[in-house]
Amino acid sequence: MSSPNLPVAPPAFSGRVSERRSILARMLSGPIGRNLGLIIALAALYAVGAVTAGDRFTNIENVLTIVRFASITGVLSIGVTFVIIAGGIDLSVGSVLGLATVVATLPRVQLFVEQTNWIVMVLIALGVGLLAGIINGVVIAYGNVVAFMATLAMLVAARGLAEILSNRTTQIVRVRGFLDFFRADFLGVPVLIWIFVLVAVVGWIVLNRTTFGRRTVAIGGNRQASRLAGLKVKRHTVALYALAGFTAGIAAIMMLGRTTAGTSTHGTLYELDAIAAVVVGGTLLVGGRGTITGTVFGVLIFATLTNVFTQNNLSTSVQALAKGVIIVVAVLLQQRFATRDRT
Amino acid sequence: MINDDLGPPLLVVRGITKTFAGVLALSGVDLEIARGEVHCVLGQNGAGKSTLIKTLAGVYSPDAGEIFWEGTPVTIADPVAAINLGIATMYQELDVVDGLTVAENIFLGHELDTLGMLRRGSANREARALLERLGHPDISPGREVGQLSPASKQIVSMARALSHDTKLIIMDEPSAVLDSEEVKNLFRVVRELTASGISVVYISHRLAEIREIGDRITVLKDGRSTASGLAASETSTADLIRLMTGRTVENVFPKAVPISPDAPVLLEVDGLAVHGVFDEVSFTVRAGQIVGLAGLVGAGRSEILEAIYGARKASSGRVSVGGKRLRPGSVRDAVDKGVGLSPEERKSQGLILDQPVYRNVTLSSFGRFARLAFLNERAERNAARGQLEALELRPADPERETRTLSGGNQQKILLARWLVHGTKVLLLDEPTRGVDVGARAEIYSLIRELAAAGTAIVIVSSEIEEVLGLADDVLVIADGRVVHAAPARSIREDEVLDLVMKGSAP
Repeated sequence: MSSPNLPVAPPAFSGRVSERRSILARMLSGPIGRNLGLIIALAALYAVGAVTAGDRFTNIENVLTIVRFASITGVLSIGVTFVIIAGGIDLSVGSVLGLATVVATLPRVQLFVEQTNWIVMVLIALGVGLLAGIINGVVIAYGNVVAFMATLAMLVAARGLAEILSNRTTQIVRVRGFLDFFRADFLGVPVLIWIFVLVAVVGWIVLNRTTFGRRTVAIGGNRQASRLAGLKVKRHTVALYALAGFTAGIAAIMMLGRTTAGTSTHGTLYELDAIAAVVVGGTLLVGGRGTITGTVFGVLIFATLTNVFTQNNLSTSVQALAKGVIIVVAVLLQQRFATRDRT
Repeated sequence: MINDDLGPPLLVVRGITKTFAGVLALSGVDLEIARGEVHCVLGQNGAGKSTLIKTLAGVYSPDAGEIFWEGTPVTIADPVAAINLGIATMYQELDVVDGLTVAENIFLGHELDTLGMLRRGSANREARALLERLGHPDISPGREVGQLSPASKQIVSMARALSHDTKLIIMDEPSAVLDSEEVKNLFRVVRELTASGISVVYISHRLAEIREIGDRITVLKDGRSTASGLAASETSTADLIRLMTGRTVENVFPKAVPISPDAPVLLEVDGLAVHGVFDEVSFTVRAGQIVGLAGLVGAGRSEILEAIYGARKASSGRVSVGGKRLRPGSVRDAVDKGVGLSPEERKSQGLILDQPVYRNVTLSSFGRFARLAFLNERAERNAARGQLEALELRPADPERETRTLSGGNQQKILLARWLVHGTKVLLLDEPTRGVDVGARAEIYSLIRELAAAGTAIVIVSSEIEEVLGLADDVLVIADGRVVHAAPARSIREDEVLDLVMKGSAP
């Protein structure tokens, strides 16, 4: 560092600016304390499941089912977490997922893939997601379109394009290698879950341990200050939406693996599940604050809730109602914390 | 410490001009900064200090003028260019990110990383070293900045400025958020910086501070530098005040009308206080009288108006209108009893910019134009039209979108609102902010006419000459206290400024 050499000053004797805290306060503001509410909520849901459905709920097969169920929305949610922390929103991820499954399973594409390698199919799905994300980002950053509108337009347009390309048919995946890989288990755990775990871990590292991640928080927390500090805010914005699109591409691959078919209706309303999971996980919709861990908990809470209801033969309508209540309660709690932080 | 023998001055600014939407913010500013000096920039609110800083920091690009850095002409196109030259800026509105740690804030924009992966250990170590040099080893580099006090945030901001290869640090009113002990620490740091050859541009309006820390002074007035490079120790306070206030607006104020001694007292403020903001403010305003509150931004003037209006809950004291006591903290009650407020931030607090003009005029009187919850729009328009004609709104079109009108005309709309409502007590906060000189005279005579028609008026302004020219009586506010009360005619502008400065000096 090239800062000037100043003499070391004696500490200021004014005690007013001292920022020392008790151990308890430090623990509560650490990762455990911050996610305490989520851990309790998840444990409570698990307890309800164990009591009402017993072994049907608690056996390892069912737990894996819950996590596998969570994995696709989970991957989407990781991308959306970045966008929301930066103060944006992405409504298009579910729809882009659908489009990517369609493009990757077009007859012509599959023919080409069969002649080459199943990895090409993966790359095509990723490419579609990335491209859609870059378009979102450019329209928002350089066209100065509000993120809500730009990604709403992408939601509608991507779905429309997917319908045109697929002619509204369901395109079965014929590439053996692809299915063999994504439908397999590894160390007794489905590959889909491994992908979710991998994406979450990489997401955590990127958010907390890279320059890109910290700048994302800075832009969401204080856009003006970030600009004054010399950050290229527009370029960063494009990268963020590209990242969200990329995770939609990963989720599309997982969806192809799970359902063995591509169709324009894949991922319908997934964007809302992803946003709900992110917000329940404690990420502020105004940006500047949020965690990957919280998002993972948010996703698991919704997946567990669904499973508990299914195991007890309750209708999806009741599930939807319960989800709505959880979202409102989570946001209310967030606001409590937000106001308490300020005082 | 000024080292003139080291070649050309660090920074020379010549004839910088900057216009915003047709309004001249800077018109020909000269500034010369030597190496290792503390150069104070002095000026009243709106004199162009902030615009000058932002021009040097690469936020605004000047329309005309030259900037020389170490003798070579430069253009500072964006914040990165300023940082690369070695100019760091500490803004008045704290420019830190609450969600990041202290170390992350310090290195934001020039993070210590390898292939994008942060080297957190090095960042924390270097941040700690910077904070220790600034006399604050108590601020932990890993701490989230959102949990720090404003004073500590400022230290973080200063550490960030030092984390670059900095030759010039611009400090915009750094003492505004500090108590006197913290100001001492700040001065110690500033002296160490200059001793090591760094120059400091120090913006403040506290004369006492400038005398203590400054080497030389440049004075701004109405976007112009009225004096450059005065020696801080040899220039008299009277000279500085004259340079800051020298008149450009002449005789724009209407003649005061004598108030009859039997005019009823319409507003009575008795021992009003808001905890931690202002104390024990008492005064009365008669029908036809204009009382002015003079003081610096942040002295508590606007807050006094807000407390009278009920927008801010008073912690003690009472406000009565026409002998009836107002319910504290109730805007509804204040409006019902005949109090109107024209807020400082017209655009964000006073007007609905996307609505037509007439809607903004009738906003506080909807009840009168409503039948069974449906608004009678024709009656609304007619009432608005009548007032707007009287106020000479230009263009006199009640259907026009409010956004498209000039500042002066928007102010007239606010006045019209309270005229339609039949307001007895009118509180005006900075009524001529963003209004050009010609329109000011019109606003002044409108305010005087309102008073002549029997309204009691309280006016707050940062421009002392405006308060003295318009008001019948003046209360000088400093640090949340009334430090002086007098008839406007019996006190001079420099006396008020002196009171204001003394009152808020550390």
